[in-house]
Amino acid sequence: MISPYPILCIAGIVIVALTIAAFLIWVERRLLALWQDRYGPNRVGPFGLLQVAADAIKILMKEDWIPPFVDQPVFIVAPAIVFVTVLMSFAVVPVAPGIIVSDLNVGVLFFLAMSSLGVYSVVLAGWSSSNKYALVGGLRAAAQMLSYEVFMGLSLMGVVMLAGSFSLPAIIGAQKHVWFVIPQFLGFVLFLIAGLAETRRIPFDLPEAESELVAGYHSEYSGMKFGMFFVGEYMGVTLISSMIAVLFFGGWLGPVLPGLIWFLIKTFFFISFFVLVRAALPRPRFDQLMSFGWKVMLPLALANLLVTGAVVLLWGNK
Amino acid sequence: MISILRTVWLVFLHAFHKRITVQYPEQKPYLAPRYRGRIILSRDPDGGERCVACNLCAVACPVDCIALQATEDESGRRYPEFFRINFSRCIFCGYCEEACPTYAIQLTPDFEMGEFHRKNLVYEKEDLLINGPGKYPGYNFWQVAGAEIGGKGKGQAAHEAPPVDVHSLLP
Repeated sequence: MISPYPILCIAGIVIVALTIAAFLIWVERRLLALWQDRYGPNRVGPFGLLQVAADAIKILMKEDWIPPFVDQPVFIVAPAIVFVTVLMSFAVVPVAPGIIVSDLNVGVLFFLAMSSLGVYSVVLAGWSSSNKYALVGGLRAAAQMLSYEVFMGLSLMGVVMLAGSFSLPAIIGAQKHVWFVIPQFLGFVLFLIAGLAETRRIPFDLPEAESELVAGYHSEYSGMKFGMFFVGEYMGVTLISSMIAVLFFGGWLGPVLPGLIWFLIKTFFFISFFVLVRAALPRPRFDQLMSFGWKVMLPLALANLLVTGAVVLLWGNK
Repeated sequence: MISILRTVWLVFLHAFHKRITVQYPEQKPYLAPRYRGRIILSRDPDGGERCVACNLCAVACPVDCIALQATEDESGRRYPEFFRINFSRCIFCGYCEEACPTYAIQLTPDFEMGEFHRKNLVYEKEDLLINGPGKYPGYNFWQVAGAEIGGKGKGQAAHEAPPVDVHSLLP
């Protein structure tokens, strides 16, 4: 199952993930424009593709200002954490048959653990900024991500029960006959919503909430540190999209085309869906967010777990 | 829940709507003839400057972007010695055009005046003058002014009525 060239595989996945994350800046702006009757960036290069290069040059040339009042070491480490945790999660994503950095037998748990560690980045950034808006943003991020992680994990347990394994390639293997989105539709919806909240995207972007908190936890960041938060966010979107594809839509499985292409098609479909949701939905109030998470999503996830468990117990695990 | 899904669906349908963006440098927007853009100074049909340096435009200007100095030629006609508009201040309100008694100063449908240096936005009289009457063809102020200037007495021009004898009682 493991690739014969592990270094090549690691380098390939890192480079492709970073490239996709960078181009998501362009993809998101073009798609948002598509749904808002505009064109979006279409001037730099063909279809505006070089906008990414222009943005990168701009953000690297900007002064990387560290305000004198911040807690310096924490302030510098925080943007790196989001980057590292998301990249670590990519280690367990099976891209195509044999192309996976590490086929852990606890792949799903590793993914959940890494996305939990990602909270540190946001909280530490908000805390070390010594700025009340940043702190409020960090606190919101902590509360939001902790409460949405609870049912994110639970919503995946149905899939794990059906597949009988925590290993992601094994989960894909178990979807040969029917994708898990059909027996686990509720789990899919729960995971999708939790994924939106985990990546802190509209409608769950309360930690940033431009209209209330300036820019939330990254108010004090500039230059490439700010860019790291953004690339981290886009990599998070890529990660959640690829996890949805792997866990509920059969990953690389599909007719005619090679597995890698199917995986990319499915991932891009969900990335586009994330952007569509951003274009369509407003931001809820914070108490609405919390009560939705604890009073609606968590009971639904528990009920899903219970019913799936009963069904697996009654009819056995095929 | 249903309304949220409906919102997402309706926003998705916007992908097939007509774009409202005007692709500006290739596709020019329509500007009305009375659009208030770049300011010009027009000439009368004989080719003379219409501006009589009355300073009304400079007085009307709310941002004080017009500067001029009046002088007279040998026939007694007033004209501006210099006429300067600082377009980095101009707000294109059109008050100068309304104040002008001789239709000399006019706003045109042109707004593409970008410069890399601020001082290039200060236009002198040579930059402002055009070789034509602008929006008012056939109008010549000195032909209807009724004023006495060199070579022409009161009421002697082609379009001028002779002066009224204010001491006469006849209607």
